[in-house]
Parts: sequence; C-alpha cells; structure tokens
Amino acid sequence: MAQTTPDTGRLIGFPLARIDGPKKVTGTAPYAAEHHPQGCLHGFVTTATIGRGRITRLDLADAAAVPGVVKIYTHENRPRTAWWDRSWKDEVALPGHPFRPLENDRILFDGQPVALVIAETFEAARDAAALIRVSYAAEEPTTDLSAARQDAYVPKQKRNGIAPPPPPRGEPQAAYDRAPHRISAEYWLEGEHHNPMELFGSTVIYEGEGRLTVHDKTQGSQNVQGYLCGIFELQPENVRVYNYFVGGAFGSGLRPGHQVFLATLAALDLRRSVKLELSRQEMFYMRWRPATVQSVKMAADAEGHLVAILHDAIAATSVHEDYQETVVNWSGLAYRCDNVQLSYELAAMNVSTPGDMRAPGAATGFVALECAIDELSYAVGLDPLEMRVLNFVHVDQNEDLQLTSKALHACYREGAARFGWAQRSPKPRSMRDGQDLIGWGMATGIWEATLTQATARARLSKGGKVAVSAAASDIGTGTWTVLAQVGADAFGVLPQQVTVEIGDSSLPKTSVEGGSWTAASTGSAVQAAARAVQATLLRHARTMPGSPLAELSVEQTAIRGGRLVMEINDQAGVALDDILDAAGLSFIEEEAEVAPDAAQAKTFVSYTHSGIFVEVRIDDEVGVIRVSRVVIAVAAGRILNPKTARSQILGGVVMGIGMALHEEGMTDHRLGRIMNHNLAEYHIPAHADIADIDVIFVEEHDAMASPLGVKGLGEIGIVGVAAAVANAIYHATGTRVRHFPITIDKVLFAKEAAE
Amino acid sequence: MRPFSYLRPTAVSDAVSALMAEPGAQVLAGGTNLVDLMKYDVTHPTAVIDINDLPLRMIETGENGEMRLGALTTNAEVAHDPAVTDMLPLLSSAILAGASPQLRNAATTGGNLLQRTRCYYFYDPATPCNKREPGTGCSAIGGVNRIHAILGASETCIATHPSDMCVALAALDTTVEVAGPEGSREIPFLAFHRLPGAHPERDNTLQPGEIVVAVRVAGGRFARHHSYLKLRDRLSYAFALVSAAAALDIEEGRILDVRVALGGVAHKPWRDPLAEAEVAGQPATRQTFEALADRLLAGAKGQGGNDFKIPMARKAIVRALAQAAAGTSQIQAEKRVR
Repeated sequence: MAQTTPDTGRLIGFPLARIDGPKKVTGTAPYAAEHHPQGCLHGFVTTATIGRGRITRLDLADAAAVPGVVKIYTHENRPRTAWWDRSWKDEVALPGHPFRPLENDRILFDGQPVALVIAETFEAARDAAALIRVSYAAEEPTTDLSAARQDAYVPKQKRNGIAPPPPPRGEPQAAYDRAPHRISAEYWLEGEHHNPMELFGSTVIYEGEGRLTVHDKTQGSQNVQGYLCGIFELQPENVRVYNYFVGGAFGSGLRPGHQVFLATLAALDLRRSVKLELSRQEMFYMRWRPATVQSVKMAADAEGHLVAILHDAIAATSVHEDYQETVVNWSGLAYRCDNVQLSYELAAMNVSTPGDMRAPGAATGFVALECAIDELSYAVGLDPLEMRVLNFVHVDQNEDLQLTSKALHACYREGAARFGWAQRSPKPRSMRDGQDLIGWGMATGIWEATLTQATARARLSKGGKVAVSAAASDIGTGTWTVLAQVGADAFGVLPQQVTVEIGDSSLPKTSVEGGSWTAASTGSAVQAAARAVQATLLRHARTMPGSPLAELSVEQTAIRGGRLVMEINDQAGVALDDILDAAGLSFIEEEAEVAPDAAQAKTFVSYTHSGIFVEVRIDDEVGVIRVSRVVIAVAAGRILNPKTARSQILGGVVMGIGMALHEEGMTDHRLGRIMNHNLAEYHIPAHADIADIDVIFVEEHDAMASPLGVKGLGEIGIVGVAAAVANAIYHATGTRVRHFPITIDKVLFAKEAAE
Repeated sequence: MRPFSYLRPTAVSDAVSALMAEPGAQVLAGGTNLVDLMKYDVTHPTAVIDINDLPLRMIETGENGEMRLGALTTNAEVAHDPAVTDMLPLLSSAILAGASPQLRNAATTGGNLLQRTRCYYFYDPATPCNKREPGTGCSAIGGVNRIHAILGASETCIATHPSDMCVALAALDTTVEVAGPEGSREIPFLAFHRLPGAHPERDNTLQPGEIVVAVRVAGGRFARHHSYLKLRDRLSYAFALVSAAAALDIEEGRILDVRVALGGVAHKPWRDPLAEAEVAGQPATRQTFEALADRLLAGAKGQGGNDFKIPMARKAIVRALAQAAAGTSQIQAEKRVR
C-alpha cells in the first residue's frame, strides 16, 4: 500500500486508514459507559446463582446499609412497565417471550439479574450488590444438550428473516443407500460466548420532564430507541440514543441488552442520570452462539459427484424464546446435489437466549458441511479441492434462484496458488518436519450478501464541504471510514472534507448493523443521497445564464474538481459555489433511500464466497497444535476499502481459529452454571496462536448485489475456517476430531484410540 | 470488593506486626492475584498490608553460586537477570512460560509462591468450595474439572497450584526465607506448599504473621541439561494443563542425578525424590525416562474431565527429559516443541 493519500474523485477502493482511528488509539473516542453526566448514579447487578427455580426471599438489609446506596430494585419493587410481550419486542426479537429483567420471582437461567443496586459510586454499588442474599427454591436445571436433544422440536413460529430448511428434494435416503462412497458423522460444537472488548454499558442521562439521552452499547441506536419507547411508553422525540463508538459487537448488540433497560428504569424512577456497565462475567449470561449437534450423511458416485446430502441439526435455545439461525440450508446450496434432506430443531434449556454471533448459522453449519465433504473426498480418493470444484454449482438449488455472481472458482484458484496447494501430499500423516506433523486442509465459505432498506442524507455546503449522515453504526467494521469515502467519491473531494454523522437515533433510518449489510446498504443510500444533491445542483445550474449544462440530464453530468461538469467534457461546467450563490443557498441537502429490489429477488440471490487454505503443525508426541499459515481468498463484489476490508477478514479468521481450537463455555450441569466465565479460562486465540494470515480479494463485479456493487465483509471471514483447521488436523494426524473445539487432549487421545 | 484499611510499612518487622495485629489482614505485593480475588469477592481482607516499600527487591549471587531472589523482585526481573539466565536457566525459562509480559512486570517472586489456585469454583463465590469456605464441600469433584489435580488430591479438594516458576524451583535446590513474629526461619521449598488433606484452605506452611522475604536457589547445576515443557489449551497466556521441569546431570551417557517436577497436576509442584533416586546410574535413554514417568504417575487418579492429564503428563515428562538430555531445552518464545 504505497499510496497513503488519495486523489480526489478516486476514493472507492482506496485503502484509507480509519478516520476514527486517532480518537480510538488516543482514548478520546467515548464508548457508552464513558460519558460522565453530572451527578450520575451508578448501577450494579446481582445475578441468580441457580439455573432454575424461584426466589423465596431477598435479604437486602446489609446491602441497603452500604453508604451511598440510593435504591435497590428487585421483582418486589420494580416500577410498572408495559404489559404485552409485543411492547418488549425489538427489531430483532424472536418468537417467544422476550426476557423481562426483575419481572417476577421465576429463575429461568443461571446469571439472570435478580437485583439492581443504584448508588452514588460504582464501588458502593458493587459492594452492596455482593451483600444481597437471595434464597431460592431450586429446581433441576436443563443445560446439557446431549440430554435435551431427546426433546428437540421444530420451532412452531419462524424467526423473521430466517428461512426454515427447504423441503427435501429427490430421494436422499435411497440415493445415499445405493451410493458407492458414503460417510456418516456427527459433529459437536460447544457454546461460544460473546466477549467483545467493550462490555455492555449504558449511560442514561435524565434531561428532565421524562426526556432521556441514552449512550448505549448497541448495534442499532434506533432499535434501542424503539425498545425503550415500547417498554416505558415514551415518545420517540423524548428518547435520543447514541452509539457513536462501539468496541466490538459481532452480533451481541443486535438486540438491546438488559443493561439499557435497567439503567433506564432507574433513571426514570429516580429522575437522575444512571450509568450501568455489566461485568465480564455477565457476558456469559447474555447472547451466545448456541451449542449445536449436527449429523451429516453424504454420498458420492464413483467419480466423486455428490448424490446425497442429509444434514440434521439440533441447537440449544432458551426456555422462553426460540432462537433460530440458518444452519443446514447451506448444505442444499453450496454444491450441486439433487438429493437433499435438511432438518433443523431446537432443544430448550435453562440458558440465556442464544443470539446472532458472527455469521450466525453459517459458521455452525459449515463446520459440519465442510468437514463432511472433506471426509467424503478421502473416501472417494479425490483431492479435497478437486472434490469441491467437481461439485461446483452456479445456482441456489434450495430456492431455484440464479446467483448475481459467484467468483468462487477464482477464490479456489488464487487461494490454492498462493498457498502452494499443488505441492500437497494426499495421504494423511505423510507430511512432516522433524517432530511436527504437517497438515494442509481447506474449506469453502458462503454468506448472504444482503441489501436492506436504508436512508441517508447528504449535504453540500459552500467551499466543497460535504456532510453525510445516517443512523448506522460502526461496530469496529469501518462504517465511519467507508461512508466518508463514498461521500468524498461522490462529490470529488478528499475524505477530510467530509463530515460523517452516524450512531444517533435522530438520523435517517437504517437497520441495525449486522448481517454484513451496512456498507452495501447505507453506503448505497449515501451515494443515492449524493446523487440527489447532484440533481438539485443541476436543476439550479441549468437556469443559470449561459449555462453549459442547460440541456443535460443528471446522468450526463459529473462532479469533478469543485465543479458540476459535463460527463464527457470537464471543460463544460459550473463551479459548485457559483451554483449555490446563483440559487441563493448556503447548502443543498437531500435524503435518499435504497431498498431491495423485490422483482430481482424473484429470480436472483446474492452470496459472498471464500476459499480457505490452512496449514497446521502438530507435535507428533505431545499434540501441541499450531495454525502456521492461512490463505483466504474472498469474492465479495466491490471492495470499498482494502485496508478495513482486510481487517474484517483477518478478524473473522482469528475468530474461526478460536472456534476450531479454543472457544467453549464449560457448564456444570448440576448447577446449570458456566464455570469458565472469565477471559482467563474462556479461551480465545492469544497472539501466539495466530501466525500468517494472507487475505486475497478476487475480482468480482456485481451491479445487482447492491447499487454500490458491494456485497459486505463482516461475516464471510469466519465461515468455513474452523472446518479448514479441522481438515488440516486430519491431514496432519490421520485422525478425525468431530467435537469442537479441538483441544490438545482430543488430538492426543483420538490419535491413540486410532492407533 | 469490601472496604478495607490500607497500610504501607517500610520495615519487615512492621509488616509482621501489622499482620499479627489484624487477623483478617492480607499482604499485597504485585497485586496480580489478590486484587482479582478481591474484585471477584473471593477474598475480603479487612486490612491490606502493602509491602512494596520493604527492602526486598534484590538479586544476589553468593560465593558458592547460590542465588538469592528478594521477595519483591518481579518475575520479569528474575527471568531476564543475566546471572539467573546463566546459572538458573530452568528458572528463567519456567517464568517466561507463564502469564504475559505485562503480568510478569508486576508479579513478584514472593507473590508467585503465594498465588491461589485457578479452580473455577474457588473463583466463584456462588458455588461451594472447601478452599474458599471450609466445610462447604468441593464442587469440582463431579463437576467441571478439566484443569484439576491427578496427584495428591483429597476428598475435600482437587485444586492445583497454578505457578510455572514454582515448578522450576521445586526441581532445583531451593529454600524459602521467611520472617515472622518469632524471627526468621527457612523452609525447604518442597515443604513450603502442602497437599490439601483435610485443610485445603491452607496452601502452604507459613504460620500466622509470616511473610516470604527471599528465595535462595543453588545455581549452576543443571545449567546444561534442563528443560521446562508446558502443555496448555492455547500457545500462550493459559495455565498449564501439565508442565514438566526436567534437570539432569549426565556423565558418559549415564544419569548421575535427575530432577522432575510437575505443574498443573497437584495442589503443589509435584516431585518424587525417591523415584528420581532409583534412576541414578541408569543410561539417559527414552526407556529410562518412560520408566521414571510411569513411576512418578503410579498414584495418579483422574476426576473424569481431567483423565487425559495422566497420559499427557507421561508424554510431557518423557519429552522434557529428552530435551534436557539432548541439551535442547524448550525455548518459550518458540511455540514449536523442540
């Protein structure tokens, strides 16, 4: 990246450093719990220590006696809130009953809030919270998926936006039974718990007369605004929610966290500002990627063509909500196969409701799918990459839809070349460097490329100053930066001339930031708004005396060098400032909306694709596993910013390595309690676990995926990575571990059991 | 965290007096463990005696090659001290296998000896734990016990000592200097930590009012043939599932002296000098190492979630001894096992 300063008018595709970077690295970017209104009270939550049952007694005497304690809220004194479930449903709500903190004496899951202490200082609140004594009538909790799976069910009500498995096609079982090459396996994925660096926090500023300003850790300021208005029966104009900076979220902040409810409850009741930041331990009682068990049967003909795929998944959910994600459908669209049967069931347990976590469903489903096809490739005797290429498909067979683009062949080709896949020795345990067994494995990744409804505003002021705004969020993904680029590109200015406004519920409407759709959707809305400004400029310019643009349509014009010019002739044009002067305006501002094309959706669907190549080195005696190299090639349409794009993929790969080797909530099923509820014992990759990660973006042009040609990158980086690591471990050791995470003991003992 | 009083004495005798005066007092040095435990509401000292102003931050080398490490030397200072890396490379290596640079910059020698177990249940006041609250029971037995003991555990406690540094100290000839109300005394390192027995609340043999002043280690021995091998759930910043400190004196291919200390497997760094003595005179070969490993692990018992530690420990012992014999000790900055 030799060039560090862009040329005006060539901003899309430029590796611009994050415009919010200096604030973040100097500690001057305030996160939700870093706002300090005057006289602010502090909260601390006491959580349940049983997995199921009832509260029989609350002893608050010692806690209330702590100096500085203002009030303690429990189910016995909680102020009234909305009654109907529908008032509690946020944009991303699930079928079932939304959890209502401090609603009654019922304990549904371990770690559920049972009391909220409000005090003058954080220390007093924490001290008092630890002194609250709760007596329970405990019942036996259900937290073990291997037992709960016996009572698995198909969710009656489908989650909005999540397609249930398609009906079976062909004759899956019969085709499987008569195929020459078959595999049948069960894959386990333990629960993974959201732990973004920033904890869930809210600062609720009481502005008087029932008006609130809320700084919240969320992926959608307007979602939180709507949620609070529903529960507390407030008017939207009296609740303004900000989420300027978000210290990572990965899906954990799609739905409002209970901290914002509790802090708002106290602020309204006490008529004072309240800050509440949850603890790291409480992260383990919030959203999580559900533990899932998947059974796959897969068969191929003599040459390796897939003839049958049967993929069943059972995933954990809570007893009060049916969390659903798309786990198995991928198996019906990733490869050509005419006999497919898919099922997806839930097992209700005494746990906090699972939630979306980076590539929800796909990250889980591709573990099973991509390990299974790898297993089958060995059964057939084909190279794992050849097996995938052989079964390439150009359509979505589930929905019978065309794809707007699929540059997956290029991902395979460029990834394999960079990795050196051709040098791979096919036999397991056949590559070695001294004591290290070397394994090369690969996988495919797919994620949805989604355009959602989004609105944005663009404003051009005199002197070439540009402002773009939308209620979008930047959860670390680079939204601030790419919107500045889109705005600068549209008006032919440098990014520093663009003011970006996001993270504010009062701005033009967008969805929550999730699903990898923000760059495509909000970015396209910004571009459309800029185009609308250009149209207005032209309207004024055409009436100027002697205007060279008088006969032109907006498509025939461009903004270059501070002038509105004829597209094909820069010499013919008018200075932007002159247009504003002539119109008697100091600025022009327009709003525009983009939305998915319903007609196009009847024929086409968009996905992002990746090919992942992994090298592991495993000590043959003591089993130490190192992921020494990863090459990932991604096809995601137009890349707005190669630098922030690469960061998204790097982060996804690191998370995928954690999924393969480290992340696991360990539950004591007697207590219904996750025991490794801190970052010392809940492992994610350390620096030492991450070696070379090489990211390739292959060329892909897709004008149908979104007006900007962007497909989105937040999630594709994780999909398939865990399977690629597992496949490399198999190639290194000759032993298939199907229970994730693949820890050192599993590698050692699986190996010994096989020998 | 509960309210507490805070004292910062400047003389060892004042620190001892302060500890004696307040039965609920606890000593603060680097704070890398105590502060966490206070925040998690695991421990509630009524007084915190901050000993950072005591004159206990020195590394001295005696005429006989014995090194004396003051209780307040940081883990980083010890690990990177030229005399330590020269005379006690096994100790340096073990320290560098633990924690992170930031933690090693704060954590002290004395504090490392006195760190508490990382048992999930000990850390969670919502669960019964005999070590935290004697008589309430051990939740780890029959619970989540992946990281727990396979040697020397009792019916009341299966916790492990989490230190890496102490595993090396146990393998070497180490003495702990302590000061107390009765004056100074020395505790042989192997007698410093204890097994849980019926009193898992006691991690060590310090008496009320005693503080660790220094650690003395015989230097120079095993400087050539040694290794510290740590197996864990990720490549850095994780406590040992199993670790082995191996040290050998070899002459013409035969073992003159061997030391093996194990971490992550017991309530204290595990050593068995009798088993080691049986190997003296035997050839420094894999067979000898395997026989020693079997002997060391003869009494090992799994708890379900940690059964894998028994064969894993065997592998770690054999590999660490092989590394030591070959003079290719594990380099902690390299994640590849040598």
